[in-house]
Amino acid sequence: MPTVAPLDLEGHVVGVHFLGDTPFFATAAGTIHRLDGGEKVDEAHQGLLTFVRDPFSNTLLTGGEDGKVLRIAADGSTTLVAEAPRKWINVVAGGPQNAVAYAYGKSSFVKLADGTTREFTEERSVEAIAFAPKGMRIAAARYNGVSMHWVGTNAPAQDLEWKGAHTGVIFSPDGRFLVTMMVENALHGWKLDGKAGDARHMRMTGYPAKVKSLSWSPKGKWLASSGAPAAIVWPFAGKDGPMGKAPQELGTRANIMVTQVAFHPAEEVLAIGYIDGMILGVRMSDGKEALLRRPGKGGITGFSWSSDGKRLAFASDAGDCGVIDISA
Amino acid sequence: MTEAATAKPVPVTVLTGYLGAGKTTLLNRILSESHGKKYAVIVNEFGEIGIDNDLIVESDEEIYEMNNGCVCCTVRGDLIRVVEGLMRRPGRFDGIIVETTGLADPVPVAQTFFMDDDVRAKTELDAVIALVDAKHLPLRLKDSREAEDQIAFADVVVINKTDLVTPEELAVIEEIVRAINPTARVYKATRSGVDLARVLDQGAFNLERALENDPHFLEHGHEDHVCGPDCDHDHGHHHHDHHDHDHTCGPDCGHDHHDHKHDHGHDHHHHSPGAVSAIHDLTVKSISLRGGEMNAERFFPWIQKITQTEGPNILRLKGIIAFKGDEERYVVQGVHMIVEGDHQRPWKDGEKRESRLVFIGRDLDFAKIEQSFLACQATKKTPA
Repeated sequence: MPTVAPLDLEGHVVGVHFLGDTPFFATAAGTIHRLDGGEKVDEAHQGLLTFVRDPFSNTLLTGGEDGKVLRIAADGSTTLVAEAPRKWINVVAGGPQNAVAYAYGKSSFVKLADGTTREFTEERSVEAIAFAPKGMRIAAARYNGVSMHWVGTNAPAQDLEWKGAHTGVIFSPDGRFLVTMMVENALHGWKLDGKAGDARHMRMTGYPAKVKSLSWSPKGKWLASSGAPAAIVWPFAGKDGPMGKAPQELGTRANIMVTQVAFHPAEEVLAIGYIDGMILGVRMSDGKEALLRRPGKGGITGFSWSSDGKRLAFASDAGDCGVIDISA
Repeated sequence: MTEAATAKPVPVTVLTGYLGAGKTTLLNRILSESHGKKYAVIVNEFGEIGIDNDLIVESDEEIYEMNNGCVCCTVRGDLIRVVEGLMRRPGRFDGIIVETTGLADPVPVAQTFFMDDDVRAKTELDAVIALVDAKHLPLRLKDSREAEDQIAFADVVVINKTDLVTPEELAVIEEIVRAINPTARVYKATRSGVDLARVLDQGAFNLERALENDPHFLEHGHEDHVCGPDCDHDHGHHHHDHHDHDHTCGPDCGHDHHDHKHDHGHDHHHHSPGAVSAIHDLTVKSISLRGGEMNAERFFPWIQKITQTEGPNILRLKGIIAFKGDEERYVVQGVHMIVEGDHQRPWKDGEKRESRLVFIGRDLDFAKIEQSFLACQATKKTPA
């Protein structure tokens, strides 16, 4: 079994992300712990709600109960991106050219590098935001669908409608698909590159629990998801995505729910975290499983692979976090 | 009792009431009085809460219909998010209070605590409190359904601002509240001055505690009975622990003058004698059913079916069921299509083994419900 370097933190840990070789752990209380030649701690928020990696830069973004949006650099320094007093900020996303999107209530905001902020209002509360992989464009998940906005223009939103509450949103790496997580234990997808006016729907249902974690395989051939006592992995290689195809189930356990999934940055190997704290590494090609961590005190709440794919950091809702060295 | 779970669910109190009924005053009391407990409060707007407290969370009321074809399966999406955030740091507070807007339908709030697995795993709906403005209630009932819904759905009704009405007017208000909801505990107050121990930590949705705290739950539904601080009449307690319940009557408690002719197995409150005209305007009605021991094989399919078919019209249902051959009392509670039931405690020696069930709702065919309920009895009663 690979070696696990434990890191025991206080309370619920919201997530973990590598910047370079340094893993950053964020607690719900608002502290950021980074393992950079020893553990270093910064107080970022009075209550931290969301912790994401900016895919367009080597920084992290956070939102908190204190109404602040912060950017955290690789050296641990933080800068205030935006502040909305007395609002809870639980939606934050990083975009191209240092743009940062965040949301509260029925509005999405995009703060641009020049300091200006654009506001996009929706009919219903914004539950999640994602930037498209190309172009300055956001997708805001809300009740009954997703609103897509070009940030730099005043063009009306492109609305992707599907009945029900959409609580998470993610683009495929090539931008051809958009997938949402729903309140009712399902994913919904849209094929974006179809002919104008014919947004193709993809229904991905059958989960016993809400899906809270999604991960694309390195080249976007697979989309792994939590929400079942196995990782549910949908095939997206074909032009119609997973329609008419069955998903693969990896790391199946009797009654123990998968809470987090994360594909290796280069290989088609999936890290699967469970509600009891166990972690498996599973190879897509043959389903071969490797135990990476035995069950712990809490459920897995976050994963991050180092860029070289040799280390996997994990966060837990009971604070028992760590870094697994799989090259050993 | 063994400690089954290390993390006890956090109790959630839902506070409803029309604009001006006194919710903010009550919240301010909860936040400022010394009662040794801390509460996280979810409000729609900070508004007049003059207290700065980082446990007050502003949240946009966001009602989500579940995509399962059931129109009454609604939840509050914003609550799912806020409760999840709060529960990541549970050590900060002892309970959560959700204040709804004046016009809010209390049902989605309550259903969130039954239908969302994440919320349900960590919290427990404690009680729904409705504040009623004694002066303006008749007007509110005329111009909205919500005022009626809030009372119908409540576990505790606080008739507030009683100093602004005459004793006669107050008696009418009490009668209206009772007509809408015969199972709620009713208190009278001025300036939201109700004892906080009567409002917080009630366990009204916890089947066992609801009955422990209120031993005569469902027992005197036929009395239009509003209790105050000074009433000392005997409710026929089974317990020696008088302090465990708060059901004492006020000086103007009128249960002696009430008509008891209806004590023959069920009561149609909308037909109570002496009903004032406002009661005839009510759209929410209730029925208290009484029967003997039930046949479990008939009762369960029956309650399943009735909540499936009549769910949208049922606001609340509560009951204690005696099953033939079962040594324990079985308690049931429901909200729309959601029904929960469990054994509560063994029947006591000499305790009458009967089944009692109250439905509160709209457009319910009470005659049919009663007939089908009685048909679930293990042995049909022969008319005396």
